[in-house]
Amino acid sequence: MKKDGLGNPENLPTREEMLHALAERHGEDRQKKFSNAVVAVCGLGGLGSNVSVSLARAGIGKLILIDSDAVDITNLHRQQYGASQIGIPKTDALSAVLAAAAPYVELETHHICVTEENIQELLGSADIICECFDRAEAKALLVNTVLEKLPDKYLVAASGMAGFASANLIRTRRITEHFYLCGDGVSDVADGTGLVSSRVMVCAAHQAHAVLRILSGEYEP
Amino acid sequence: MVKINGKDQDVSGKTVLEYLEMTKYDPRRIAVELNEEIIPKTSYGETVLQDGDTVEVVSFVGGG
Repeated sequence: MKKDGLGNPENLPTREEMLHALAERHGEDRQKKFSNAVVAVCGLGGLGSNVSVSLARAGIGKLILIDSDAVDITNLHRQQYGASQIGIPKTDALSAVLAAAAPYVELETHHICVTEENIQELLGSADIICECFDRAEAKALLVNTVLEKLPDKYLVAASGMAGFASANLIRTRRITEHFYLCGDGVSDVADGTGLVSSRVMVCAAHQAHAVLRILSGEYEP
Repeated sequence: MVKINGKDQDVSGKTVLEYLEMTKYDPRRIAVELNEEIIPKTSYGETVLQDGDTVEVVSFVGGG
C-alpha cells in the first residue's frame, strides 16, 4: 500500500464488494433500482458535478454527463474538480473524479452544447434528467423541451441558489407529475453576491436526493 | 377563476400570452404548465385559459 493519501489504484474493491456495501446500507431492493437506473446530468458545474458525485457514490448504475466547458480556476470554489484539472474538459475531468469514488459506475459523456435539436438523442435513454445549467435561458429551454418531447421522463431542475441567504430556503417542489424544481426560486446569480459553495451544494443535494427518492418509489418531495 | 401558482386570478378567456403580457415574466426564462401539461411557447398565443384551469408558471433565475 502506498503511503501517500491517494492509496493504491491497483487495490480496488471488486464490483461485488461495492454492491454489497451499498446494499448493506440501503437494502438490496433499493440498490437494484439504483443499479438499473440511467440518470442524465446536463451541466457539470456547481450543481452538476455535485449531483453526479452524490449519485455515483449512492450506486446509480449509469450517468450521462453533458457539458461543453473546461475546468477553470473559478470553478474550484464549488465544483468537484481538482486544482490539477484546470483546462481539462469537464466531461473528462468529472469522469476521473467519479471513477475514483465509484469505480463501477458506467459513464456516457458528451462534450457538447445541449440544443433543442439534440435533446432527444442525448437524453432519450435516461430515466431521470437533472437540469444543472447556470443560465436561466438554458434552464428554461431544457425544461420546456424535455417536458414537451420527453414527457415520460422525470425531470429535476434547479432555480435560485445564489448568495448567503439561509440554506433553509432551498426546497424541492413537485411542480407536476414528472417535473421537480429545487432551489429557493428567487436568488439570482446576477443579484450581486454570486454563488456560495455551501448553498449551491445544498441545492445540488436536493436534486440528487429527489432522484434517489423517485427511484425508490417516493414521489412526493 | 384560473388558479395560477396557487392563487385564483380572474383571467379566464385570456390566452396564456395575454396573461403573461400582464406580468413581468421574461418569456425566455419561463416554463408554463396548464393542467399538468407543458404548453409549448409557440402555443402561448392560441391557448385560452378557462375557469377551473390550473396554471404553473415557473420562472428560472441564473446560477448553478
